[in-house]
Amino acid sequence: MELEKVDEIVERNDAAPSMLIAMLQEIQSEYNYLPKDALKRLAGRLEVPLSRVYSVANFYKAFSLVPRGRHLVQTCLGTACHVRGADKVLEQLQRTLDVKPGGTTDDQEFSLEAVHCLGACALGPVVVIDGEYHGKMTVGKVESMLKAYRNSGG
Amino acid sequence: MKRLRSASELEELRKSLLAGRDPSQPMVAVCSTTGCAASGAKTVLAALQRELASQGLENKIGLKATGCHGFCERGPIVVVYPQKIFYQRVKEEDVPEIVSQTVVNGQVVDHLLYEDPATGETIAFEEEIPFYKKQMRIVYANNGKIDPTSIEDYICLGGYSALSKVLFTMTPDQVVETIKRSSLRGRGGAGFFTGRKWEAARQAPGEVKYVICNADEGDPGAFMDRSLLEANPHSVLEGIIIGAYAVGANEGYIYVRNEYPLAIKHIGIAIEQAQAYGLLDRDILGSGFDFHFRISRGGGAFVCGESSALMRSVEGKVGEPRDKDVHATESGLWDRPTVLNNVKTWASVPHIINRGADWYASIGTEKSKGTMVFSLVGKINNTGLVEVPMGIKLRELIYEIGGGIPGGKKFKAVQTGGPSGGCIPDSLLDLPVDYEALTEAGSMMGSGGMIVMDEHTCMVDVARYFLNFTREESCGKCTPCREGVERMYQTLTAICEGRGQEGDIELLEELGQVAQDAALCQLGKTAPNPVLTTIRYFRDEYEAHIKDKKCPAGVCRALIRYFVVEDKCTGCGLCRRNCPENAISGEKKQLHVIDAEKCIRCGLCFDLCRFDAIGVE
Repeated sequence: MELEKVDEIVERNDAAPSMLIAMLQEIQSEYNYLPKDALKRLAGRLEVPLSRVYSVANFYKAFSLVPRGRHLVQTCLGTACHVRGADKVLEQLQRTLDVKPGGTTDDQEFSLEAVHCLGACALGPVVVIDGEYHGKMTVGKVESMLKAYRNSGG
Repeated sequence: MKRLRSASELEELRKSLLAGRDPSQPMVAVCSTTGCAASGAKTVLAALQRELASQGLENKIGLKATGCHGFCERGPIVVVYPQKIFYQRVKEEDVPEIVSQTVVNGQVVDHLLYEDPATGETIAFEEEIPFYKKQMRIVYANNGKIDPTSIEDYICLGGYSALSKVLFTMTPDQVVETIKRSSLRGRGGAGFFTGRKWEAARQAPGEVKYVICNADEGDPGAFMDRSLLEANPHSVLEGIIIGAYAVGANEGYIYVRNEYPLAIKHIGIAIEQAQAYGLLDRDILGSGFDFHFRISRGGGAFVCGESSALMRSVEGKVGEPRDKDVHATESGLWDRPTVLNNVKTWASVPHIINRGADWYASIGTEKSKGTMVFSLVGKINNTGLVEVPMGIKLRELIYEIGGGIPGGKKFKAVQTGGPSGGCIPDSLLDLPVDYEALTEAGSMMGSGGMIVMDEHTCMVDVARYFLNFTREESCGKCTPCREGVERMYQTLTAICEGRGQEGDIELLEELGQVAQDAALCQLGKTAPNPVLTTIRYFRDEYEAHIKDKKCPAGVCRALIRYFVVEDKCTGCGLCRRNCPENAISGEKKQLHVIDAEKCIRCGLCFDLCRFDAIGVE
């Protein structure tokens, strides 16, 4: 695995351990997840124990320690979405993609996540795919929404 | 951009900017922040650009991407100036009409106006729409008027004049005194007096002090901080710089939720612009005051909205709260005196400085002054963000501003304060909304989320929903929260699944009491509130689940069944084809039936049916 990117990120942040979360965010956007080797390199460069890097990576929800799919499907389960039936939308996504929240489809196309409130409550239930908002989602609309992303290369 | 070196240079810049602007020039403003963007504002903006260019108007007509007007239900929103005609639910295909009719000929396009559902009349101006009439917009006042990425827009509307006033005409103590006299209280939810917090940090010994803006808006159903940062980031920044001067801090952070990319972008642009004009960093406006400010992006942990956990997170550590024996104003970020305030609290500061503490203190109730921003969401007609004076009645908020409950359904409860708050029933709708009244009702102000629930919302399910949230977000450090909340969740799940037993309600009350008394931080202490308030106001609903094994709202799956309404079924077969369990059978154009044995009660048929032919009981 190429780890020069990790070195660049460390240098950009002056190798300051206080910037650990920011650096993990940058590493994740570079590799799409936090590879083990990248975390080892990061800990070495910052001169902090790997256990500390791992505990932070493990604590915050934004980080994934396993590779994620080409498309990230985030289903909002905020209260406003919940009272408008978000759980049914999530179930339909689970059935259609055959994957549980937190998981990735076998073909590595989609990762499914359940998140708490994306702050677009007027449009609830909301599903966000690769940063694009799909509002007033219903069980019936799930299939056609996903179709636009399937095999789109991403 | 030239660095400003004095108060008069700022005023000169303002004058020259204003001189270059003609308020009578036609301008089209498109709300382009997250809510409207999600309903298609970007395509509308692009279409306007094309249309203006194709008519050769791009240099004569202004076009602006502005921030949130708050009426998210009606997005995308387009306002045409100078007449200020308010168009809602605008689509790409409406653009040629807007340009040729309104922009060029000054005529109103009737079908894009808001139609008052009560009277059927169309309304052309924002301030005349019932949703806005009862509002009092102070921190949100300039949201739809300025381009959030333009510091010049902010300066034209008087921006940074409060900072200049503070730096050159007030001592830090006078600033603290002004904020104290205004009685401004923390808008993040707990309602601590801001001036007192500032005073404590100012008096705390130590050379190095910090200020922090808490923009880790984690309460589900609350998005006002996101909206304000996206729409008017400079107003927040100006308040923070004033606060830093008052407490003697030369460094500060804004901790923003990772889920808010546009807010992060806009506050980042605002910081760069302020730096370029000499409104940040060294020797601000030539006053000798230095203040450095950085963004810290959150990692997606709800507990980091708690101040001590947030500070650990800024330090690059795991966001675990610590005991509150030591106040952050004495020992906060890196164990230095720290003032942490919410986005709206900071944004209120420039207004108080400019218009005076007495003006601010004249708004609101005896103990809760000023305005509060609420998000009206859930089962309500006018979903959106509203800014109202403290003390407004819940009824006014929900019915007059919010337009009531959709589909003629009956109001059941309003949930305030997020996972820390509680559910307030209709018997308390005339409650004046302030910190004390909401706490007395068993709920809390919180960050201002108001989730409206109707007769089809199950209160046990709602309590379980919130407990699931807090259980997942508990950091696990203290036992009452880690284990107690988990046990409460298990009990609620059992009740929802028809396994509830006599004594469960009392068990929930007991566990709730322990968490309230013994949990380490506010997350754990307030986690039982949704359960305890629903027991307090909707005990019969719990009893129906436990004793009769029934869910009166028709939500809890183990306790309901779906059936085909015989005289409505057309035999279209849509439900049969989509049923994941093949539990529906029937010939084409014949009555269908649901096999209760096979049915998993996913509700797909109920949602899909176009003829209301699926019933639930």
